Amino acid sequence: MSTLLSARGLARHYAVRTGLFGRRASLRAVDGVSFDVPPARTLALVGESGCGKTTTAKLVLGLIPPTAGTVTFEGEALPRPNTVAWREARQRMQMIYQDPLGALDRRLSVLRQVAEPLEIHQVGTKAERRERALALLDAVGLQPHLAGRYPHELSGGQRQRVVLARALILEPALIVADEPVSALDVSIQAQVLNLFEDLQARFGVAFLFISHDLKVVRQVAHDVAVMYLGRIVEQGAPEALFREPVHPYTRALVSAIPVVRRRAGRERIVLEGDPPNPIAVPSGCAFHPRCPVAVAACRSETPALKTLPDGRLVACHLAHGDAAMRKAA
Amino acid sequence: MLRYFLSRLLRAVLTIVAVVTFAFVVLRLSGDPALLIMSVDAPPEAVEAFRAAWGLDRPVWEQYLRYFVQVAQGNLGQSMRDGRPALTVVMERVPETLALTLPAFAMKLLIGIPAGIYAALNRNRLADRLTMVISVAGFTVPSFVLALILVLIFAVNLGWLPSGGAESWRHAILPVITLGLSGAAILARFTRSAMLEVLGQPYIRAASAKGLPWRRVVTDHALPNAAIPTVTIIGFMVGSLVAGAVVVESVFSWPGVGRLLVVAVSNRDLAIVQTILLLVAMTMVCANLIVDMLYGWIDPRLRTARAAGG
Amino acid sequence: MGALVALSGLTVDFDTGKRVVRALHGVDLSVARGEAVGLVGESGSGKSVTWLAALGLLGGRARIGGSVQLDGTELVGAPVRVLEAMRGKRIAMIFQDPASSLNPVHRIGRQINEALALHRGLTGAAARAETLRLLDRVGIPAAARRLDDYPHQLSGGQNQRVMIAMALAGEPDLLIADEPTTALDATIQAQILALLGELRRDGNMAMVLISHDLGVVAENCDRVAVMYAGRIVEEASADRLFGAPQHPYTQGLLDALPDLDGPRRRLAAIPGTVPEPTRLPPGCAFAPRCPHAEAACVAAVPTFHLLTPGHRAACLKPAASRGMARERAVA
Repeated sequence: MSTLLSARGLARHYAVRTGLFGRRASLRAVDGVSFDVPPARTLALVGESGCGKTTTAKLVLGLIPPTAGTVTFEGEALPRPNTVAWREARQRMQMIYQDPLGALDRRLSVLRQVAEPLEIHQVGTKAERRERALALLDAVGLQPHLAGRYPHELSGGQRQRVVLARALILEPALIVADEPVSALDVSIQAQVLNLFEDLQARFGVAFLFISHDLKVVRQVAHDVAVMYLGRIVEQGAPEALFREPVHPYTRALVSAIPVVRRRAGRERIVLEGDPPNPIAVPSGCAFHPRCPVAVAACRSETPALKTLPDGRLVACHLAHGDAAMRKAA
Repeated sequence: MLRYFLSRLLRAVLTIVAVVTFAFVVLRLSGDPALLIMSVDAPPEAVEAFRAAWGLDRPVWEQYLRYFVQVAQGNLGQSMRDGRPALTVVMERVPETLALTLPAFAMKLLIGIPAGIYAALNRNRLADRLTMVISVAGFTVPSFVLALILVLIFAVNLGWLPSGGAESWRHAILPVITLGLSGAAILARFTRSAMLEVLGQPYIRAASAKGLPWRRVVTDHALPNAAIPTVTIIGFMVGSLVAGAVVVESVFSWPGVGRLLVVAVSNRDLAIVQTILLLVAMTMVCANLIVDMLYGWIDPRLRTARAAGG
Repeated sequence: MGALVALSGLTVDFDTGKRVVRALHGVDLSVARGEAVGLVGESGSGKSVTWLAALGLLGGRARIGGSVQLDGTELVGAPVRVLEAMRGKRIAMIFQDPASSLNPVHRIGRQINEALALHRGLTGAAARAETLRLLDRVGIPAAARRLDDYPHQLSGGQNQRVMIAMALAGEPDLLIADEPTTALDATIQAQILALLGELRRDGNMAMVLISHDLGVVAENCDRVAVMYAGRIVEEASADRLFGAPQHPYTQGLLDALPDLDGPRRRLAAIPGTVPEPTRLPPGCAFAPRCPHAEAACVAAVPTFHLLTPGHRAACLKPAASRGMARERAVA
């Protein structure tokens, strides 16, 4: 399968000081992450706060330089930030955030807002730009009479539609969406999630979709990567991954999601303790201190992300080792 | 904490150096002190001799370096008027200024803070609106206008108090009130907005939900948090204790540092001007340092590093 | 069994200075001893306002009407002293953002002590011992070392545990948990919800769980009320409400929710947006977004119909009457 975006061994470490007198330490926000996003597909990165999903998004866009690893976009290495080549690449990869109001310029009307990227890149005449912007407003389901409104006059759902229209107007190949529906109410969230699906079908855009909400992720993603403390611990198709998670962390995470209609036999696994500090990542498998089934090897050896017979990727000694051990867990 | 303190200290020293440099440059560019002191029609030889005596014939950078070395040795030069050490001339005036600014400072705190708290607790009610109208009036009216109004009422019309001079404590009353009122107005506004900000925080509602009487919610939970931003503005006020009374001292003919500054500037008495500026910069910087230390004491978030990462 | 707390016809009007806006349009709800009642709805539906009003915590600009009875004592219009004696002692409350619900400048031990002194007169060593016991009870590891910590030194989950310990200090009959896990990660949410359930059963404490998350409410409550635009629109046992929802809004919410398992389907979004309190449509507030609305829905606000014992809906055309009641499989 051809790939649009490809990350290999991406890592981002920060030097931090701990305590009052500053012992130097390394915060491993992202610690060796590899994935591919094919054209017109959606890869979701899920995980809890501090797992490195947002940092990964910034690395992909070149907003922060990686400590190690590479990003390839449309077959070429991502140009160095703030160069002409990078800006050209960035037209093809847009970003949207959780808070649409913060992303919009409150002094610009909806129409100007959406047409602004075309103005900046001097595409077409004024009339053409207006035409394109109106067409995109229609595509994201905003009525023409809203074109003259200002961001504060819109509801949260409408604002996120404006943000999507603006991101789409330069015809990007990839949109990186960081928690795009988390601030929205259930009924509005459903509208926007459907819109994501429609826009992908219509414009062939790929999404790198970042969320903490597994239900949302299952709805939009073709491929899901679960992150824990800067690493991908399990990756696969959402149906299989959520129906039968293999990694003990994924299992706990999936079982922790409250659902209206609980499938029979789905037991809740309540993990002990808080997620550990990314400054003091445990040795071996970073999950082992909270893992209900950890064995001695988990403390010393970091498990590699390897393929299982059903095609999914898992980083767990037990998953690749003795199958009986897995059942026992 | 030590690192925090040292970085603040370094910043303080750099600020003082910058202030001295700035003052030196501006004053040297603004006119020839020799001509000013000697008057324009003085014989050229006399002017040259004066320049040589004061080092004014040297290149500017050399004058600057020499000045800096002297400052570092505690020698701030002599007044060009009477030849006395500049530091002595300035320090003589400091108590006079403090006699005005310290009572005014107390007045600012005692009126401004309670008024701000009272207004915040009665938000949008008549008491709040009234306090704020007075407060806005207090700091939009320039202090010389306020001074003149007070003089008109209490000295000219009523004849209760003297209109200027420094012979007795009665002479200090009007200048202190002038300084205190405008400061209290500013402090009241700051305290009010700090309180309103805090009163809107979730922990205030949580404290009420716990069953605490409102009075204790205010004293135990709102005030300690509102103190944090208020300390900043109080720090500014401490910083202006020495030089914050230039206008008022002039209006009331009060022989303090402010008036000395005005006279020295118009005479191009460089040593005096620079000494005062240095003194002001020192007090400002010290006040800021104290504020930073107070922050550490009031706000545990600055004192203790976060234990768990986000 | 008599109700522990009974709200009837509870209204809230906010005086904005320019005009008066009604946020709550007459809420009837009761909570029995030891019962867990869920209150769901989207933002602005009035679910938090309902309980803040009941405890008199809405501040000076809110006017509260109707009745709130706690064991027969009327709270609406009661003197401040009565309300203060009730808060924390009879009805305690925890909030959405635990980190900002604790005072940042006080140590957590002191904040719990404060509640113990207030409600149980404990001071000194006795208070310290009880604080330790409470922190231990809510699952704070090495509680003795945590007493002198400030809120910013704890994680979000630990702060919520501290809030819960503080709420338990008064040994309340009812705990109002207002979105207690919304700001927390999924695995931490599971811990906190498990803790709340355990504490409730052990102490025979009633709980009102306010949440926008239908799953959270479905899994943790005996009875559920759904709110929309300042009114309860449907109320039933949790099984019944999620198994056979009758109000089109409840149905719409469930259809809009993505599933975690089963075949992937396109979400059935509810069209339009929640009306603003200042611009409520006439009649049923949901009518403009409702697929089943007819003329009568716009004419007057629908009253409650008791569909089966314990199940009521404020709708002229509940699912049962539409002859298409979708009995959902309840595991």
